[in-house]
Amino acid sequence: MAYKIIEGCVNCWACLPLCPSEAIREALPHFTIDARACTECEGDFADPQCASICPIEGVILDGLGVPVNPPGSLTGIPPDRWAEIRTQIQAR
Amino acid sequence: MELKVISDAAGTPGGGCASSGCGAGGEKLAHLPEAIRAKINNHPCFSEDAHHHYARMHVAVAPACNIQCHYCNRKYDCSNESRPGVVSEVLTPDQAVKKVIAVAAAIPQMTVLGIAGPGDPLANPQRTLETFRQLSEKAPDIKLCVSTNGLALPGLVDEICKHNIEHVTITINCVDPDVGAKIYPWIFWNNRRVTGRKAAEILIEQQQKGLEMLVARGVLVKVNSVLIPGVNAEHLKEVSRVVKAKGAFLHNVMPLIAEPEHGTFYGLMGQRGPTNDELTALQDACAGDMAMMRHCRQCRADAVGMLGEDRGEEFTLDKIAEQDVDYAAAMARRAEVHAAIEASRAAQRNASSETFVSIASLTRRRPARPEPRPVLMAVATTGGGVINQHFGHAREFLVYEASANDVRFVGHRKVDLYCSGDDTCGDGESVLAKTIRLLDGCEVVLCSRIGYEPWGQLESAGIAPNGEHAMEPIEDAIAAVYREMGEAGLLERSGGTAQRMSA
Repeated sequence: MAYKIIEGCVNCWACLPLCPSEAIREALPHFTIDARACTECEGDFADPQCASICPIEGVILDGLGVPVNPPGSLTGIPPDRWAEIRTQIQAR
Repeated sequence: MELKVISDAAGTPGGGCASSGCGAGGEKLAHLPEAIRAKINNHPCFSEDAHHHYARMHVAVAPACNIQCHYCNRKYDCSNESRPGVVSEVLTPDQAVKKVIAVAAAIPQMTVLGIAGPGDPLANPQRTLETFRQLSEKAPDIKLCVSTNGLALPGLVDEICKHNIEHVTITINCVDPDVGAKIYPWIFWNNRRVTGRKAAEILIEQQQKGLEMLVARGVLVKVNSVLIPGVNAEHLKEVSRVVKAKGAFLHNVMPLIAEPEHGTFYGLMGQRGPTNDELTALQDACAGDMAMMRHCRQCRADAVGMLGEDRGEEFTLDKIAEQDVDYAAAMARRAEVHAAIEASRAAQRNASSETFVSIASLTRRRPARPEPRPVLMAVATTGGGVINQHFGHAREFLVYEASANDVRFVGHRKVDLYCSGDDTCGDGESVLAKTIRLLDGCEVVLCSRIGYEPWGQLESAGIAPNGEHAMEPIEDAIAAVYREMGEAGLLERSGGTAQRMSA
């Protein structure tokens, strides 16, 4: 099983040096995880390192394709609130 | 500290220097050891006087961060935005060094290179330290500084000292974990994401330890704090006391920037920023404890130029790619420019002290009269410590308070309020109307020139435009206008309030 970085990643580099398997690659439009190299940090750390420092919600998926940091979990911003404000701003 | 001291001392007859013209920079900090004054004399972010004359730049080599702050959103880069944490392109250390060399050659008054993000510089130690290592070798006439949230600081203090970094800024918003828990949702610490009060506790402990270690090694430390009304406003007085006791040299209280458009927790949850009055009142309250900084422009992590301006666009990677700078020649030219700036500053200082003696004597001659009321004046300047900008070109105004005792700098007001977008970005209010609202509380605006229409509208709003002091040193001109107002009988106290005004 392997973690995956998806669209929305801001290429901030935070995860790359932490990966014990050197599975993270700098790439465009966003960084990627080499699925063959990723161990989900098993045997190295209690928590998967990339997902523990990533500041962006929803952009790292676990082996089952589920976001490790779902919307609202890192910023504390209720997802509905963001959607509501975005609509207001666009309506200006 | 020094602002209060000056104004108190200046009140006594014959009390010598009676103005901030006697030194918003080195002079007001005259009690500091010579070695420290030399370090800040040409540092625009550490010396208010220097910021009129010297420029700074940031290189964005540090994208990663190890904490989340509720006023930051790592997703956003709107080109119209100017606030910390926002950059247009992240550079490698090699690219950053090339850019610094290009800017140093083109803007010789650039004396300071800082690494401030867009993440936390010390959460990117290899990239940050490699940039400093190359620069200390290739451009030895540039001062190096770094700013950090402090989490990784204790482990890197020795590396920082090795690279000859003389100035470090730590952002400390609290010394109480309960307050911190409302500002920091998480930190990354010892390979885990830590949340809540525990996260704040660890962060605070590391910040304080880092501060002590730097001070022990003789590094100048400035502390930045973000003023968040209802969260840490009162608490910042305690922060000021604590960091001063530990040897921080300057405290910079900055207003929270929080707009829904920024997508930050505070912006979206309706947390407001402080008013100008609240900011000044808090800065005054902290000033009793230590040196306060009031000229911070909260610049982007890739800003280039004088404080308040950003010439980053002129030095993008594609524009500097072809340049091959002879740095030895550039350094000689830079030294000449710096010498000319110092000569001009010395001349301004000499002229100023004459002016201010005469104001003091003006009040002394009429001891029976009540002290004239203080007046706020706004100034349009592009730098050099003189009034040299057209009203309509000003992107920001410096605000000074003139009183019987002194002229003191109290803050700046940005015309575009962190956004340089046009009317489509906001509510359609005209720029002039916004500017007039921005100048609320000021009675005079000094500029080099001003158009007919704004002249009339300013007057209608009770603000006197004044273009008679173009190219004059700011504080001399303000003192002269204040004196004229006194002679015209405009400084009688109304309502008998003895409070100082605020920006």
